[in-house]
Amino acid sequence: METGTAAGPEGSTGPTGGDGVPSGWTGLPRGVLTMRRLLLVVWLVPAAVALGVLLGLFAGPAWAAFAALPLALAAWGWVMLGRNWRSWRYTERADDLLISRGVLWREETVVPYGRMQLVEVTSGPLERYFGLAGVQLHTAAAATDARIPGLVPSEAERLRDRLTELGEARSAGL
Amino acid sequence: MREPAKTGGAGLGNLDGAPAPSGLRERRLHPVTPLRRAWAPVAILVGLAFHDPDGTQRRLSELTALTLALGVLAVIVGGALYGFLSWWFTHFAVTETELRIRTGLLFRRTAHIRLDRLQAVDVTQPLAARIVGVTKLKLDVVGTEKKDELAYLSEKDAAALRAELLARAAGFAPETARDVGEAPVRNLLHVQPRMLAVSLLLTGAPWVLLVAALVVPTVLWLITHNAWTVIATALPMLGGAFASSVGRFVAEYDWRVGESPDGLRIDHGLLDKAHETVPPGRVQTVRVVEPLLWRRFGWVRVELDVAGSSNSVLVPVAPRPVAESVISQVLPGVRVPAADELSRPPSRAAWCVPVWWHGYGLAVTDAVFAARHGLLRRRLSLVPHAKVQSVRVGQGPWQRFKGVADVKVDTGANKTVTARLRSASEAADLLHGQAERSRTGRREARPDRWMA
Repeated sequence: METGTAAGPEGSTGPTGGDGVPSGWTGLPRGVLTMRRLLLVVWLVPAAVALGVLLGLFAGPAWAAFAALPLALAAWGWVMLGRNWRSWRYTERADDLLISRGVLWREETVVPYGRMQLVEVTSGPLERYFGLAGVQLHTAAAATDARIPGLVPSEAERLRDRLTELGEARSAGL
Repeated sequence: MREPAKTGGAGLGNLDGAPAPSGLRERRLHPVTPLRRAWAPVAILVGLAFHDPDGTQRRLSELTALTLALGVLAVIVGGALYGFLSWWFTHFAVTETELRIRTGLLFRRTAHIRLDRLQAVDVTQPLAARIVGVTKLKLDVVGTEKKDELAYLSEKDAAALRAELLARAAGFAPETARDVGEAPVRNLLHVQPRMLAVSLLLTGAPWVLLVAALVVPTVLWLITHNAWTVIATALPMLGGAFASSVGRFVAEYDWRVGESPDGLRIDHGLLDKAHETVPPGRVQTVRVVEPLLWRRFGWVRVELDVAGSSNSVLVPVAPRPVAESVISQVLPGVRVPAADELSRPPSRAAWCVPVWWHGYGLAVTDAVFAARHGLLRRRLSLVPHAKVQSVRVGQGPWQRFKGVADVKVDTGANKTVTARLRSASEAADLLHGQAERSRTGRREARPDRWMA
């Protein structure tokens, strides 16, 4: 079932090869996926090794097979992260920003430019290493959950500048 | 913008001199204010005594009458001194664009509250303050806190200050703002005490709590035979039953809604009096609540949300046509959609939310997005298109399987109105259509400075 994600900015539909992102939409850079997958592996593989060694030493070699659980979790997470990464996309339309995300729990958000109170660009140490920056939009409603988790810094800055410019031009406040 | 700018802490010497700009009249609060503050040390002692009753008793028995008297004296003097100093160091002033409140003895704090961001003005008068003849005044701006209220002012000053603040916020010329005076009020609605009492008796919550307060402790007594558990469970329930019946009656007694050029006036209270002024265009959402037992009388309760304001009731109880006429005054050009104008979710929605899906409904008119939910206690939420901050569509896996989705509309009062279980294609249309209406609706809205 589609929730209108297929309907692009000017009614353009259909995916455009590559990442499976419909035309007119922008997906997230590959770096986000790499970073998330790396984090997953960094946490779960040592956990699997530690579990396997401990179980093998204290409970017998047969029990060490339980170490496969974190590995299975890692494999499942690997696929899930990929699907989730592909689901994130955004598009700047004439008057509003449209963000779509989620695989099982889909969510699509529209924020008119005039309603933006604040545009925030954040980048943690790990994100900086991968050359990423997150953009978060705030409106007067705290429930507005309009964020784009990872972008190339130059794109994040371009988006920020464009959003603030458009926001000023169409400012509407409360 | 989002918060009143605050400066505080450092720069004591600098702020201490308080070089008031020429012509700026800094004022102090009413001289009875220290009495209120004097309660703080006493309250702390009482709190400590409650916290550790045994220890307190032991220590009290060790004291002689003289040390006890000295101690009490020290507390009273200390409290009076604290109250006096905090009063002495609190100043406020109205400038052309803002209300400025300077407080603090050690940690200085200056709140600059911008008048064009004004959402509502509350003048409240607790019982004790009524006896003395003083009131509290609070400006609601997004981000103001409890401590940003002016407590206490004399009744005359408060009325004059409210008129001046509203006149300045409305955009009257600065020279004339002080002389504009109170805007005339036209009465829209007065709730009769009898109707209020009947409506509260027909509300479920107090009865449920009362029955629970009788049944649960009885059962507990039969099981445990422990008096303390019985008291500990019965008291909160009885308190809740009392608060939701008598407490509400006292708070909502003599409810008046009036209309003035400064906006909506809401006055109410039996013991504590409250007067609220909501300037035009500040109401973010209005909810029409219809409890089950009120339906045969055709009564409704109307709630409203204003950003930064804690009050949420517009009309505690009124016949539906009266309530609707009040709503049309609050939200100009808005007509409350009748029950048969609301479109129901498709019947496959029953697979997502059994039974209760009957209560869901949605109507989008030229002026508002109206969503209803609740089966026994029906709530119809109205959001003017101009107040929509963002629109979201959410869809879980089971909902996708059934081809339905939820449409959420966020407003500036941190309220989200959800139209649940619309068909997926309708939800997609709503998402785009609502964003469009939100933009165009704003163009026709009145300016923030409503008299300008």
